[in-house]
Amino acid sequence: MTTRRLSIVEALREGIAEEMRRDPRVILIGEDIGIPGGWGGAFTVTLGLEKEFADRMVNTPIAEAGLMGLALGAALMGKRPIADVQYSDFLFCAMDQVANQVAKMRYMSGGKLTVPMVMRAPVGVTGRGAQHAQMMETFFVPLPGIKILVPATAYDAKGLLKSAVRDGNPVLIFEHKLLYGSKGARAESGTVDASSDIPDEDYTVPIGKGIVRREGTDVTIIATLLMMHRAVEAAALLEAEGISAEVIDPRSLVPFDWDLVKGSVAKTNRVVIVEESPKRGGIGSEIAATLAEEMIDFLVAPVKRVAAPNTPAPFSPPMEKFYIPDVARIAAAARELMDIS
Amino acid sequence: MKTPAKKGAAAKKPAPAAKKPAGEAPLRGYDPKWLTRLYHDMVLIREFEDRVKYLFLQGIMPGTIHQYQGQEACAVGVCAALGPEDVITSTHRPHGHALAKGITADAVMAELFGKVTGCCKGKGGSMHIGDLAKGMVPAVAIVGGGLPIAAGMALSFKMSREKRVAAAFMGDGATNEGIFHEAVNMASIWDLPVLYVVENNLYGASTHVSLVMKVPHIADRAAAYGIPGKTVDGNDVIAVYEAAREARERALLGKGPTLLELLTYRITGHSRRDPCLYQPEEERKRALANEPIGRFGRRLLAAGVTDQKGLDAIRGGVKAEVERAVEKAMADPQPKPEDALEDMFV
Repeated sequence: MTTRRLSIVEALREGIAEEMRRDPRVILIGEDIGIPGGWGGAFTVTLGLEKEFADRMVNTPIAEAGLMGLALGAALMGKRPIADVQYSDFLFCAMDQVANQVAKMRYMSGGKLTVPMVMRAPVGVTGRGAQHAQMMETFFVPLPGIKILVPATAYDAKGLLKSAVRDGNPVLIFEHKLLYGSKGARAESGTVDASSDIPDEDYTVPIGKGIVRREGTDVTIIATLLMMHRAVEAAALLEAEGISAEVIDPRSLVPFDWDLVKGSVAKTNRVVIVEESPKRGGIGSEIAATLAEEMIDFLVAPVKRVAAPNTPAPFSPPMEKFYIPDVARIAAAARELMDIS
Repeated sequence: MKTPAKKGAAAKKPAPAAKKPAGEAPLRGYDPKWLTRLYHDMVLIREFEDRVKYLFLQGIMPGTIHQYQGQEACAVGVCAALGPEDVITSTHRPHGHALAKGITADAVMAELFGKVTGCCKGKGGSMHIGDLAKGMVPAVAIVGGGLPIAAGMALSFKMSREKRVAAAFMGDGATNEGIFHEAVNMASIWDLPVLYVVENNLYGASTHVSLVMKVPHIADRAAAYGIPGKTVDGNDVIAVYEAAREARERALLGKGPTLLELLTYRITGHSRRDPCLYQPEEERKRALANEPIGRFGRRLLAAGVTDQKGLDAIRGGVKAEVERAVEKAMADPQPKPEDALEDMFV
């Protein structure tokens, strides 16, 4: 099997193009897309696709609610839209369409309708202050009716995107700005290498299946997106100290791979959950509560959450560095659990 | 998608809703059977809504309701201009749209009762009535929420070169929502085949439209999008039909959307148990004299399309149909409680 080393941006672009070739119903809806010489979306994911798919790329006005409603209407009539916003923070502008219409339409119809649409949104605290920074997963995980994916590698980004397009339900993919590997004028500083060897053959990554990024026996660290990469670094640090950490990347938040997490917790008996968003009401809260309900007998120490503080993301670099969980904090949390028992 | 520049059509001076318009569209040239069908469809909505209101006051029907009495000519006139292949989006006040688009009284009544036989298997209820098999998206009860969905359906028609249109019903209040601007702008720049149909019944709940809008006519807002805006007597079913037919023909020619303002009046409460104390007595009197079914009935008689016996027979038949729907819906099975867990994903 031959492979090529691709960044997340390149893998997504290739995945989108392949799905558009495979299925003429797939269309792209977004802001600042499909313009020759343009940006190809905020982070270049759709750069150049207009050369092949000009009549299937709908470059919308700056109207996030409108474009999500547009995608929903097209999906109801049999199209398979992939709709994106420039920054996930802008999903708040689209909230009525996403939360009240897209998420509920099939259910309200008594299961008569299907809503085969994909939404994409970049997340991450990245030197832009408070309104281009949020990890929006925490606002959508409690919302029934939308599947939520968080690919942390190029392999997963392409494979999950393809699964999303073929899924037949609303699927929201959060992509991390520091993992994209965008180039040229849209390159991010502080980028982390999330590239993968991408097979030449068609492949998908199943929705709802997590993956063990690093095996271990003493403590389970659960983390997604950028935090997954930091957790793997922390695990290497811990190994040098004789602590064996298992890193789990859930990859899907809805549905969630509870079997994988519970199996790991049954083995390690200790859990650290890492997230880039404020701790209050975060993904960690949900995971911790479920483990308390169903796995309490396996735990020998409290569940530990490493998260951002309950404030908006600050701009100034020293404050931003303080805000985002880093390798040292993740490792310290694991050590603390080892000290307890 | 290209963005052709267009000159905005000037809105015409409307006739005030509560006054009898200067001239009604002539009935000559229309098939008498089709005319009496329009009358039948309006009476069906009225009798259905009156019966539902009674069921609510009796405490028999669950939930809440937003009713359509007085606005029947809007739904019936627009839907008469649409083909079965065309689609509509509706609002929190959707019963009339559903019946006019051809969803049966049985299916709507059963949905209001929350029965499994309802058009949404009891998962939608009054504010989410719909059946896409009949061309109606489950009604969107967030004001303005259906407008971009209609644009998206029309986008699909345009991209697939299907000769179909989408019509988005809304109340006057929806035109003050931000999503109105987003949706109508998108439909305009791409010349999408959409009818944006505003039923201006003068009140958003109890707030008079003049308190929340600076321009005299909602149709004036079309100029901002470079599309035609037309104010129509919304209690004249033929005038509504003709305006909608013209807008649909224009849309099918690829000329883009039209904003139709239908002047009408809600002769019942905004929602259940609303006594309408905010509607001045004189205004209500005029509105009742101007309500669309009585008006159209008088015209049918004057034009000799049918006689009083014919009109009575229509009403009698409709009453029986509604009564059967009520009996059937009440006898239909309840959903199993755990059915609540179904219909999430494909």
